Amino acid sequence: MKITVRIWRQKNADSKGKLVPYELDNVSEHMSFLEMIDVLNERLTLEGEDPVSIDSDCREGICGMCGVVINGEPHGPENTTTCQLHMRTFNDGDVIDVEPWKAAAFPVIKDLVVDRGAFDRIIQSGGYISAPTGSAPEANNLPVPKHDADHAFEAATCIGCGACVAACPNGSAMLFTAAKITHLGLLPQGQAERDSRVLGMVEQMDAEGFGGCTNIGECTAACPKGIPLDVISRLNRDLMGAIARS
Amino acid sequence: MAVSGLVMVGYLLLHMYGNLKVFSGKAAFDEYAHHLRVFGEPMLPENGLLWIVRVALLLAIVVHFHAATRLWARNKRASGAQGGKRYHSNKGRTGIQRSYASFTMRWGGVIILVFIVYHLLHLTANIIAPGGASDSPYQRVVNGFEIWWVTVWYTIALLAVGFHLWHGIWSALTTLGANRSSTRKASKLTPLAWIIAGAITIGFLLPPWAILLGLTG
Repeated sequence: MKITVRIWRQKNADSKGKLVPYELDNVSEHMSFLEMIDVLNERLTLEGEDPVSIDSDCREGICGMCGVVINGEPHGPENTTTCQLHMRTFNDGDVIDVEPWKAAAFPVIKDLVVDRGAFDRIIQSGGYISAPTGSAPEANNLPVPKHDADHAFEAATCIGCGACVAACPNGSAMLFTAAKITHLGLLPQGQAERDSRVLGMVEQMDAEGFGGCTNIGECTAACPKGIPLDVISRLNRDLMGAIARS
Repeated sequence: MAVSGLVMVGYLLLHMYGNLKVFSGKAAFDEYAHHLRVFGEPMLPENGLLWIVRVALLLAIVVHFHAATRLWARNKRASGAQGGKRYHSNKGRTGIQRSYASFTMRWGGVIILVFIVYHLLHLTANIIAPGGASDSPYQRVVNGFEIWWVTVWYTIALLAVGFHLWHGIWSALTTLGANRSSTRKASKLTPLAWIIAGAITIGFLLPPWAILLGLTG
């Protein structure tokens, strides 16, 4: 395959970036998207140019490190992470636009790498859960209804990649925060700090400069892990309850 | 945003019911309009109920507008000041699945606000009186909507209301915690929003079009 990638190049947080076109011959359709960038970077290095900065870690779709906006869609046209996207999705002669997540709370560090520290601070502000440590407890001590366990697990599959914020026209982090609220709030271990958790996380979310949710649902369409939209209503219910009780 | 919006949706449903009285003729319509003025007498003074409703609606509009401008400013900042168009790629401009209604909420809302001002000047205060002023509410309605451009402008405004409610009712109920489905498409709130938005739009459009086409009045 012969393709053209137009990649966002930005020296640092303060400089202005722009899309720079690179032509690539002999791209195998079996390559992953990141491998295609690797090949480009090898070439750029040999040519004495600055290689493209891009985040990646596990390349198995489970760590949430990689993530770029491809042709205007977070993680590209397939419903998966960038590392699990393969070049067979594209056609010979395609022009592919690659940009970093763009949101005030996710400043660009360099090229396609953004600082997602805001997510870590939201998690931290949720605090701890009161679970006893030590030897593993008896498995049947804490009964959890099957439906709750399934739903909590579904929410817990969030890898914190940030595609929801990148897709949201408002730059809102509601889906991410709501997924965290849901996976702890549905389980018995998460009940003791349920109110303080939602109050703390929502306050931090606002302080980080994320936008407000207008229930458009673009986040769930972009999410590589299929986090369900009802987690947002659950967060709102928890928040209203917590405000009423506090 | 959600609560003030739902208050106004409730009012629109009552208002639509009143409008449909046009089909019962002049006497029934004017009687209904008169009754609204003396509703609750002697417990309430004349026009008492109307003023309670007017104050409540004005409050709802002020709250709704205030919340909207704050949300607008905040979201503009959060998304890098360019809203949905912050990416340079000209592909995927309309997003993945968002509805047309969801990204016309702001300007649609402005159109509706302008329409409300015109609407009050026309049919409530009768300062603007296309087709001639009248003391009979029924006559005001008929005089106005017999003119084609009055009905067309009214139709445009009502379509804006329909779009606004299509997304607005869904969004308000979700904000209040009512959505229990994994996608917007699968949610029971989506058909509910459709039905209420559709009923309000069609219910309000029936009288003016019936008058314009000479089916009533």
